[in-house]
Amino acid sequence: MDFIFEQRWSPYAVGALIGLINLLGMLISNKPLGASTSFLKLSGMIVGLFDKNRVLSNDYYKKNKPEIDWGMMLVFGIILGAFLSAVISGDFRLMKIPPMWSDNVSSNFIVRFIGALVGGIFLGVGSRWAGGCTSGHGISGTSQLSILSWVAAVAFFVGGIITAFLIYGI
Amino acid sequence: MEKYYDNKKLQLFFGLLIGVSFGFLLHRGGVTKYDVIVGQLLLSDFTVIKIIFTAIIVTMSGIGLFYRKGLIKVETKSGSLKNSIIGGLLFGVGFGLLGYCPGTIAGAIGNGYIDAMTGGFIGIVLGTGIYAFIHPSLVKKKIVTNDKYSEYNLFNEYKGNILVVILPILLSLMGVLYIIELLGL
Repeated sequence: MDFIFEQRWSPYAVGALIGLINLLGMLISNKPLGASTSFLKLSGMIVGLFDKNRVLSNDYYKKNKPEIDWGMMLVFGIILGAFLSAVISGDFRLMKIPPMWSDNVSSNFIVRFIGALVGGIFLGVGSRWAGGCTSGHGISGTSQLSILSWVAAVAFFVGGIITAFLIYGI
Repeated sequence: MEKYYDNKKLQLFFGLLIGVSFGFLLHRGGVTKYDVIVGQLLLSDFTVIKIIFTAIIVTMSGIGLFYRKGLIKVETKSGSLKNSIIGGLLFGVGFGLLGYCPGTIAGAIGNGYIDAMTGGFIGIVLGTGIYAFIHPSLVKKKIVTNDKYSEYNLFNEYKGNILVVILPILLSLMGVLYIIELLGL
């Protein structure tokens, strides 16, 4: 039972188990894994706190109603599950800046905060523009053999690889 | 299982259950860490590809098994090649800069990473919110479109024919993983 406390499992074991969980979700909930729509719904809830009508009159929020649903519980569950795993394996710690970033880019938290904020905005806009993220397109849509998902998944990595090399050099 | 799809409370519980398992696995896979994800984008650490490809292999094979029995429905996203390319590249810029994606950032938050809890999380919520308000004009100007690939997938096209659809893709993915291992990546 030592594997319960191990910080890292084989990526193949992890991938296979994620595949099984994805199938389970499709069977019991008719829902494949996906995360970006939940961020959209949260944004709608926040805007709604200030101006309800702006949300109610928005076509995109009409299609994706800002309410607590399966997907939001999924994202909340991811936070909880990762926390559990990190605590059990002794890997939980509050860390401000990822080691690679602080060694190569900047050890100033403000710089990392702005990088993460701008990166997050691009992720948010891009995921909704493409209709999904690394989970929704990259794992679920590709497994369902959607052409749009395969193209999106390749574009995610092409954009990501170019950006990472621009930041870290070759 | 279909009779349970409309049971709202039960479905919220299922969402949480699947999420907790997914988050647990993301952490054990190492992909709640910026260094691992950016290591993949710099082509020096192939953990992300190994996880994604194995997940696709298992999910796709499972769908192949259940599809013909009618236990799983295959419904895929609407959109167009243009949306996938433009949106995908914008996503990629964010992927490289933030070093997490919408699913793994939730895992990074659980792992205790403060850049994910603050800038990253706020950024994604802001970005999806911005999109909601630019979406109507993007559609009007025909920048965001639907084309013939909207909701199109090979499962429905070939009625889940395993030999035609799944086998070639399965073998290609396994081949790539084999080469990655062969190269010691």
